[in-house]
Amino acid sequence: MSGAVHWTAWAVFAFFFASVTVIGFIASRWKAGDLNQLHEWGLGGRRFGTIVTWFLLGGDLYTAYTVIAVPALVYAVGAFGFFALPYTIIAFPIFFALMPRLWNVCHRHGYITVADFAEGRYGNRWLALAVALTGVLATMPYIALQLVGMQVVFEAMGFGSMTQGAEIALIAAFIVLALYTYTSGLRAPALIAFVKDTMIYIFVIAVVIVIPMQLGGYGAVFAAAKEAFAAKGGATGIILQPGQAMGFASLALGSAMALMLYPHASTGVLAADSPKTIRRNAMLLPAYSVMLGLIALMGYMAIAAHVQAKGNAIVPALVMQSFPEWFAGFCFAAIALGALVPAAIMSIGAANLVTRNIWRPYINGNMSPKQESTVAKVTSLVVKFGALAFVVFLPLEYAINLQLLGGIWMLQVFPAIVFGLYTRWFRANALLAGWALGMSLGTTLSWMQGMKPMFPIPGLGTVYIGVTALIANIILAALFTAIANGLGMDRSKDSTAAPDYADA
Amino acid sequence: MRRLLLLVPFVATLIVPIYNREQPALWGFPFFYWYLFLWLLLLPPLLWFIDRGRKP
Repeated sequence: MSGAVHWTAWAVFAFFFASVTVIGFIASRWKAGDLNQLHEWGLGGRRFGTIVTWFLLGGDLYTAYTVIAVPALVYAVGAFGFFALPYTIIAFPIFFALMPRLWNVCHRHGYITVADFAEGRYGNRWLALAVALTGVLATMPYIALQLVGMQVVFEAMGFGSMTQGAEIALIAAFIVLALYTYTSGLRAPALIAFVKDTMIYIFVIAVVIVIPMQLGGYGAVFAAAKEAFAAKGGATGIILQPGQAMGFASLALGSAMALMLYPHASTGVLAADSPKTIRRNAMLLPAYSVMLGLIALMGYMAIAAHVQAKGNAIVPALVMQSFPEWFAGFCFAAIALGALVPAAIMSIGAANLVTRNIWRPYINGNMSPKQESTVAKVTSLVVKFGALAFVVFLPLEYAINLQLLGGIWMLQVFPAIVFGLYTRWFRANALLAGWALGMSLGTTLSWMQGMKPMFPIPGLGTVYIGVTALIANIILAALFTAIANGLGMDRSKDSTAAPDYADA
Repeated sequence: MRRLLLLVPFVATLIVPIYNREQPALWGFPFFYWYLFLWLLLLPPLLWFIDRGRKP
């Protein structure tokens, strides 16, 4: 990392960061509600309209880690890194079809989390617990990776040169985040998302216009990348090698199917004020995906610009190299905010799950609303500091591997939740067995591949482990359901009814 | 029936050999890239069209 601290960049950065901190604290007064109620703290009172939801979900789904890691992947492996594009192209039709149904049934029954829904639909506390635990486990490394995104930005501004400088800045930023999330709940990241998303759009528009101009146009950028990959020996390139197609498609599909199951995504959705808001967002959120595609191109721009950096450092290095320092500070602030917004929402999503689906059923079933929201607030603190400790004390690779594994795990609740939104044919215990199989198979296959998420299947090529595990999961759940049906066994209770899923 | 159109993006982007090529290029972008960006731009009108077909 460079030796000097870049004070101009730092000053601009600090200005935006401080402004946003103020916003985070005053957010508690916005669309005022009793923040001692869990649905007010944890779902913003379910009052977010189309525009707020767009900023919230956009800020939630397009994170600092996305901005740092996707270009880094593209820089390293080329076209395969663009799996994020088909992933989001498929994710929005799924979102459009599924999320309004989830919203309807959760709204009518007062469900705050996806595990609440699972419990109501299937009447089985073990299945609900499995859904909740999976969500919490999958979210934790994701929060950690947002911090990594921030740390990379601090290092680029020169704090890496001070002993533990980047860590201290990170801890300070995090304490501030923890405080205003505690006071304002979901309203804080919702309001901050306006600022953050606007800044990221400005950053991206600047990048896609200015940098290629400096490099001789997009044709030149792609040509430079093509040459660089060819020189590396041909396993990578600006289009996919034939053997990569299956991995690419299965990774896109599995990621899209899992996205809405993550607590931070479902929290953002359940905070909306109506199913119409959700459908409109399905149509409008793709704008962020266009931005994601443009961000990914930075990987090729970094190759063409001969950036002297590796891995996660390439985006900050490209920014520092291509823009005046004050604008670099602006971009870094955008990225850092891009960490805070999802980190806040993820910690709230995890806190909602722990409070409703672990604490309430197993520790204290008779909580008052105030006790519930206190448990949630404290949990969100613990979750954030746990993630911080993880990043500060453990090697980066652990967080990355855990997050990949988390994606495989998250996908295993797909049958229970997604099928459950349409049909009650599957039985609770069968789904639980399927989930268990998916989790163990997914973890084992990943471990066999050195914690990488792809596994070769004879005849098909390399396939995303999440999808392989999911298929086994569904087959087992269907099999057990059919057997139990044949044996005439009793069914557990469904507290929902078909009309609950349709719009009012 | 219109809801079946939701499957179109799956077919268009998961059958990779359809678009895994460099030519024809557009504005310096190989086909692989501008095809994917194009689908992102087609999504909103597609979803809007499907939404219009909903029973009120």
